[in-house]
Amino acid sequence: MSGESWGRYPLARDQHLLALRDRAAALPAFTGTALPHGNGRSYGDSCLNDGGTLLCTRGLDRFIAFDPASGVLRCEAGVLLAEILELVLGQGWFLPVTPGTKYVTVGGAIANDVHGKNHHVAGCFSEHVLGFELLRSDGSRRWCSAQENPDWFAATVGGLGLTGLITWVELRLRRVRGPWLSVETHRFDSLAEFFPLAAASDRDYEYTVAWIDCAARGSALGRGHFIRANHAAASSGPGAPKRWLSLPLTPPFSLINRLNLRSFNALYFHRQQARVRHALSHYEPYFYPLDAIGRWNRIYGPRGFLQYQCVIPPQNAQAGMAELLQRIGASGSGSFLVVLKLFGERRSAGILSFPRPGATLALDFPNNGPDTFALLDQLDEIVAAAGGAVYPAKDARMSGARFRSYFPAWQTLQPFLDPKFSSGFWRRVTE
Amino acid sequence: MRRIIIIGATSAIAEATARLFAARGDALCLVGRDASRLAVIAADLGVRGAVRAATATLDVTDFAAHAAVLDEAERELGGLDTVLIAHGTLSNQSECETSVDALRREYDINALSVMALLTPIANRFAQQGFGDIAVISSVAGDRGRMSNYVYGSAKAAVTAFLSGLRQRLQKSGVNVLTIKPGFVDTPMTRDFPKGALWAQPDTIAQGIVKAIEKRRSVVYLPWFWLGIMGVIRSVPEFVFKRLRL
Repeated sequence: MSGESWGRYPLARDQHLLALRDRAAALPAFTGTALPHGNGRSYGDSCLNDGGTLLCTRGLDRFIAFDPASGVLRCEAGVLLAEILELVLGQGWFLPVTPGTKYVTVGGAIANDVHGKNHHVAGCFSEHVLGFELLRSDGSRRWCSAQENPDWFAATVGGLGLTGLITWVELRLRRVRGPWLSVETHRFDSLAEFFPLAAASDRDYEYTVAWIDCAARGSALGRGHFIRANHAAASSGPGAPKRWLSLPLTPPFSLINRLNLRSFNALYFHRQQARVRHALSHYEPYFYPLDAIGRWNRIYGPRGFLQYQCVIPPQNAQAGMAELLQRIGASGSGSFLVVLKLFGERRSAGILSFPRPGATLALDFPNNGPDTFALLDQLDEIVAAAGGAVYPAKDARMSGARFRSYFPAWQTLQPFLDPKFSSGFWRRVTE
Repeated sequence: MRRIIIIGATSAIAEATARLFAARGDALCLVGRDASRLAVIAADLGVRGAVRAATATLDVTDFAAHAAVLDEAERELGGLDTVLIAHGTLSNQSECETSVDALRREYDINALSVMALLTPIANRFAQQGFGDIAVISSVAGDRGRMSNYVYGSAKAAVTAFLSGLRQRLQKSGVNVLTIKPGFVDTPMTRDFPKGALWAQPDTIAQGIVKAIEKRRSVVYLPWFWLGIMGVIRSVPEFVFKRLRL
């Protein structure tokens, strides 16, 4: 395993990798600090540990028990969400919350307290975690749940792996009739149209999200497709698409640039001619469009990319998003996949959980060096002024001061941090 | 539904293979040294769909205990039709060059215990007139090399034993499959730097299940090792002895 995260920036040096295979075993001996590392899908340095040890959890990939009557699943922390889906979907169950890739481990989903397109009805991943075992570097083991050790639970969900190693987990799944979703796509012409559409959709649709054309400017600023969906009761439908070929190597430069981004986005926006389109979709292209292309993160070339995800509270959401999109549009940078969503009111127990009421925007920027970092600092200024926050799981560059203002409760975590655990991210924002 | 006994069931390749059998709804008996690790794997296989996932503990060098474990597996599963022998250790070559005890121990584990287990299994399968025997040998058995000829020659003995056994059992309707994996990324090879030739246990497992189903005789996994070993076997000895492999 290499010393890079999914964004391929930054590169970690001198990491010692230790593969874990036995959940009952004590932690292996390590020097320096350690950090649990699942499937490495965090974008920045929250899953890296320069000069330290990574406790690689993919070998902890066993199921422990599954009750198809209640939908309660017990499994080790290194199991991938993809592996859970493969097991349970045929028995009528689905993940209660899923992020945009199924190639994350359960432990990673808890450590980042991930969210999905149903945040407004289902909250964060941790809301569906009935409990987990936390193994500390002193050898102690704790069962953490909302009832038992709730303070440890709150510190560990969203706790970026810094409170100890999650060995195994108990989850509650949600029932579905099959693998299909009934999807309705509305084309909208400006950011102002997004907010009422989102507010109206959140009442009747479990999944809501918008794709935004980040290259559109002027009166078209914030135009896009609003996609709302529910699980369908259909007894047949389209099959899972074939997995595309993987990017076999990293191209010498980013394949996404200011020349093609604008035309890609305009073409995609106009691909849907009708204002509203209905379709029955398989869950894979709906939830995981990028999982179909192996190693898609190589598309941005050898310098990698930076993903930026922020949230802006409701009262400032429309003005703040407009300002962000103007700044991004003027820069000519950005990515094809840009998503905008309204988070719901539900707050996770996690001290460092990212989701909070408001609008959240996520997109990639090819790493073009100082220009990119300067742009992201400008975006941070807008987000901070609007009282928002940036998502640590996706970050590789925010300043310590910004992090501490985005997460004012961060010091509450201090007593729960494992003294022998650390990460590149944590040192960057707290030291 | 197959009724399968796996010897060395906590090995990474065996566990990956067992998952494929479990997902098809087969019945398994897992044999290994560590009862608690076997129990963890058995629970996992049960969730994945195994009709039965029994366990039995055995140190394969305790030859006298072999028959009892086979009896237990037959009882647990109501008979046996498939065996996968997957146990082994990657010998410390330099230690074996100075210690005859180490040499004998490696041969006990990697060669003799396999042949000892196969002796009663072959007779039982021949008598019942059906069965699939699959044994993990190694590409290392194709030619002795200075870096690991103790391990390699033990595997060569297994390979030769299997080829004879295959001929003998052919008319009884019992298939004997020799599995020769190349470099596999497992705990056994943890300390090796990994390059492009390395495969994941799951890839090997898929090849094993396919080869058992097709009743193949010998399979290199992944397939390209057939070519690599063909080249290595064809190098004349007067050249080979000067190489540092």
